[in-house]
Amino acid sequence: MSPDVKNILLAGVGGQGTLLASEILSETLMLAGFDVKKSEVHGMSQRGGSVTSHVRYGTKVYSPLIPDGQVDVLFGFELLETYRYLPTLRAGGAVVVNDLKVMPATVAMGTENYPVDIPGKICSVCADAKIVDGLDLALKAGNARTVNTVLLGALSQRMEIGEELWLAGLKKMVPERFLKENLAAFQLGRQA
Amino acid sequence: MSQAILSGNEAFARGAFEAGVRVASAYPGTPSTEILENISQYQEIDSNWAPNEKVSLEVAIGASFGGARAMVAMKHVGLNVAADPLMTLSYIGVRGGLALVVCDDPEMHSSQNEQDSRHYARLAKAPMLEPADSAEALAFTRLAFELSEQFDTPVLLRSNTRISHGKSIVTLGERVSGLPEPKIERNPGKFVMLPANARKRHPLVEQRLLDLKTWGCNHEINRIEEGEGEVGVITAGIAYQYAKEVLPKAHILKLGMVYPLPEQLIRDFAARCKTLYVIEELDPFIEEQVKAMGIDVKGKEIFPICGEFSPSRVAAALGLPQPQGVAVPSEPLPNRPPNMCPGCSHRGVFYALKRLGAFVTGDIGCYTLGALPPLSAMDTCVCMGAGISSATGMAKALGEAERFKVVGVMGDSTFLHSGITSLMDMAYSGTPATAIILDNRITAMTGRQDNPGSGHTLAGLETLPVNLEAICRAIGIRNVQVVDPYDLDRTQQVIDEEMRRPEPSVVIARRSCMLDRHGRGVRSTPLFVKTEACTACKACLKIGCPAIEWRTDEGGGKGHAYVNQALCVGCGLCRQVCKFDAFGVGHES
Repeated sequence: MSPDVKNILLAGVGGQGTLLASEILSETLMLAGFDVKKSEVHGMSQRGGSVTSHVRYGTKVYSPLIPDGQVDVLFGFELLETYRYLPTLRAGGAVVVNDLKVMPATVAMGTENYPVDIPGKICSVCADAKIVDGLDLALKAGNARTVNTVLLGALSQRMEIGEELWLAGLKKMVPERFLKENLAAFQLGRQA
Repeated sequence: MSQAILSGNEAFARGAFEAGVRVASAYPGTPSTEILENISQYQEIDSNWAPNEKVSLEVAIGASFGGARAMVAMKHVGLNVAADPLMTLSYIGVRGGLALVVCDDPEMHSSQNEQDSRHYARLAKAPMLEPADSAEALAFTRLAFELSEQFDTPVLLRSNTRISHGKSIVTLGERVSGLPEPKIERNPGKFVMLPANARKRHPLVEQRLLDLKTWGCNHEINRIEEGEGEVGVITAGIAYQYAKEVLPKAHILKLGMVYPLPEQLIRDFAARCKTLYVIEELDPFIEEQVKAMGIDVKGKEIFPICGEFSPSRVAAALGLPQPQGVAVPSEPLPNRPPNMCPGCSHRGVFYALKRLGAFVTGDIGCYTLGALPPLSAMDTCVCMGAGISSATGMAKALGEAERFKVVGVMGDSTFLHSGITSLMDMAYSGTPATAIILDNRITAMTGRQDNPGSGHTLAGLETLPVNLEAICRAIGIRNVQVVDPYDLDRTQQVIDEEMRRPEPSVVIARRSCMLDRHGRGVRSTPLFVKTEACTACKACLKIGCPAIEWRTDEGGGKGHAYVNQALCVGCGLCRQVCKFDAFGVGHES
């Protein structure tokens, strides 16, 4: 592996819009001059199933998939899905996670239990973990649907990419009529 | 020349545009679907969804006969359907260049098998190119059309889930100009595959393979990357990326054309390496051919045949040390399998089938999820079209006592893809089974594409939708009933009636998909649970609706159902299964 390649693993639930977030992230990385690869699975897994997206960047990236145990930032949109992929985090890696529970069918039906205190468990193995109340900040930004942009703002604090590039990435990917609230959401995420 | 970050599928589409393609056709199938969706954004290309992959390839063949460049795209199992025209097209060759993109799905993220489509190149005796990222997907697509016309052959492009749905950076080019204008040109000796003509074409096909082999030894599409030491790797496609990641110092022979193989180039490369690996996903396709050249290579004795590769899987196979992630105390986690959406029109039908104790021969689509708990109401699933034909076979095999339980189920898109002939057989043979067509008006699983029953073309233009009832009657089904699957009692009653009938019959369960692009899925006011009326019988949980949750009571009460207002679309199915009238319409007050 090229020594300078960085790995971000996005984890969430199908339908949460993780794909758009990973698009904005990879556009921003391309604008920053990196070689970028991103990989995810569509189809069956979108029907409310567990969804991941691998984003890798550096001088030259070969594999689109992150080697096990090499995730630099685990970027989670839902607590259980983030916890599920926690073992992929490298020692010293960071976690940015949305403080949200989405019940899997088996939990909703009462046949399985949602694990307790996931934030605590994440913090116990990761010194650099940020739990973000995405919905609360999105509402402050003026639209509940800007949660993922809030989370990108929080993520941006853990990456060495200039703010202006993030803003350029957002402007390129977010439709004009939603831009204002998304820029506000991004700033709230950065300050979180 | 601008740069863009494109998925493999966007890059195949861009390649088609730049290559001057005029006609494109496909049937949706993960992970290939976005190729035609992206091609449709180029006004210069006439693109349409075909009812199935065979039709799409035949449309492209016709365009090629007319002198235009044409492209088709399909998933690996789609090529099984299109295999018939492909085999003879190989003898005919092309007039306008023709490329076929086939997308494999190692790991079966969204498929019923993980067949390796490279075998089709060998079977069809046609060249196959395999890109390793989006830049190559674009470049190889352009090249495919040049090769196709230069060697008078269809060209296969092989992708997979990681190439098609992975994004990487590409440089965009211009659309080629100066291609000949399509016009009629008769050439029966080439275009009419009567035995006498085909016998003359076959030796040309064999010579073409030899010529392509030589071409492959001298073209940069197959390249050697010099490394250090004595380890060499022969690899192609996505596996190349993993090889580079895991063995950065090895000598690499990267094959861009995986069939036919550049024999002399492989011999020369092998002579320089003391240890030689073939790193390829799925079958030992390259490995066996290299071994047949008398070259000693290590392949599937260490690398897995099943499932997809990753850097970690390749490293593990090579016995290399693997970095460990953070240590997380292990605890069993609830799985999160995919589920039918809230308000899905399939739910009521499967609930009814379960209550009727039917043996359901199923098919491929969103409704295959009907096999999962709590509905657990699908008993077989093979391939597109088999839902109805295997119902016929089972009913033939079973005795009077059980025959009536057999119900074949398939969606509207699948019925139009390959279910009509299945139903024709049931009707003509007078087999007393029941077929249910789940008519949600679109091809939902792959992302809500229009099909011939939808009434819209890919370009969004209105067109005459196929009349399913009329088709069923025209092919000899006398008993055709249409039900609304939101009306649970009536749906169950009609299915029961038709199951008992000692003749072939069809029930069409018609209700638009909630995610229909034309806005035909009707959202109503969400429901709520009157907590005091809920007896905790959990009957509503048996429909498997994602909007219904179970809430335990503080202090150890019996608990109660709860409707997630953000998810509920008000289909009212839960209200119909509740015997205690515990579901109300409208928000809790």
